[in-house]
Amino acid sequence: MHEMSIAASMLEAVRAESARYDAHVLAVGVKIGELSGVDSDSLRFCFDALVQDTDLAPLALEIELLPWRNRCRRCARDFTVQDYQTECPQCGSAETDLASGRELEFAYMEIENT
Amino acid sequence: MTRMPLERKVLTENDRLAADLRQGFLRHGTWCVNLISSPGSGKTALLERTLASFEPGRRVAVLTGDIQTDNDAQRLARYGFPVRQITTGGACHLDARMVTSALHEWPPDSLDLLLIENVGNLVCPTSYDLGEEARVVLLSVTEGEDKPLKYPATFNRADLVVLNKIDLLPYVPFRIELAREYIRRVQPDAEIVEVSCTTGDGLDAWLHWIDTKAGVAARPA
Repeated sequence: MHEMSIAASMLEAVRAESARYDAHVLAVGVKIGELSGVDSDSLRFCFDALVQDTDLAPLALEIELLPWRNRCRRCARDFTVQDYQTECPQCGSAETDLASGRELEFAYMEIENT
Repeated sequence: MTRMPLERKVLTENDRLAADLRQGFLRHGTWCVNLISSPGSGKTALLERTLASFEPGRRVAVLTGDIQTDNDAQRLARYGFPVRQITTGGACHLDARMVTSALHEWPPDSLDLLLIENVGNLVCPTSYDLGEEARVVLLSVTEGEDKPLKYPATFNRADLVVLNKIDLLPYVPFRIELAREYIRRVQPDAEIVEVSCTTGDGLDAWLHWIDTKAGVAARPA
């Protein structure tokens, strides 16, 4: 259950941004890749638990899930990996590299206008 | 309400500390490995075999992570190399801060090889960069051969997968070719070695991998 420490790291960043703009942060958007090792439901649960009854509330968590995508070394086709099929659907090559899916990144914050 | 772009990683602080560690390892010629597996796959046994094969005086050290107890450090300390236990007190993974603080008392230029045994867990350690040069994932044949498919995030980051406990293959339904196929599906570039830490079978391949990567020569058998 490392989602709790990830949620805590997110709230540290929210506090820093809140201080920087001297404004309440209303929402934080994050991108979570399929291969990030983070469970989004669990992250949401931890996030809400840590925010509740603190000065950060209300604070919404907006999660964008990113699929596992590979790129073919031979024909450069970029494709979503489904059912662990990492072979290129275009040319059949087995030599494909991870293109995206490990993301665990902030995307944006929504702050209250002052 | 205003939307501000915020393009940075969530684990910025861990990534920053890990980058510092990596830079330090490179500067001092330390090659660092992060070993990850389920509890009971044989990380400690593999490290025991590894340390036993090294000449005394090798510049090797081990950090071993557990939620509680220093049992693993005690097991590993017998081989005469510096070992430090990181007791996480509940945390399910090591992070770069724990590693930084555990390394604090060792002179940074005193090691050629640093072996880090992560907390037994196939999920949580995945997200935490420890500044390692290589990530090794262990899978033992008493587990399901579909573990790579169940934990793709972990196996996808593996440079090497160690299939352990192969001495038990006659007694368990584990299909090793299927396991290899599943590993290839989630990480085609991962090398795979098959070992038994009980009989010693296959350990040469593992030690050779370490030798090649770290330039640490194991004692000839």
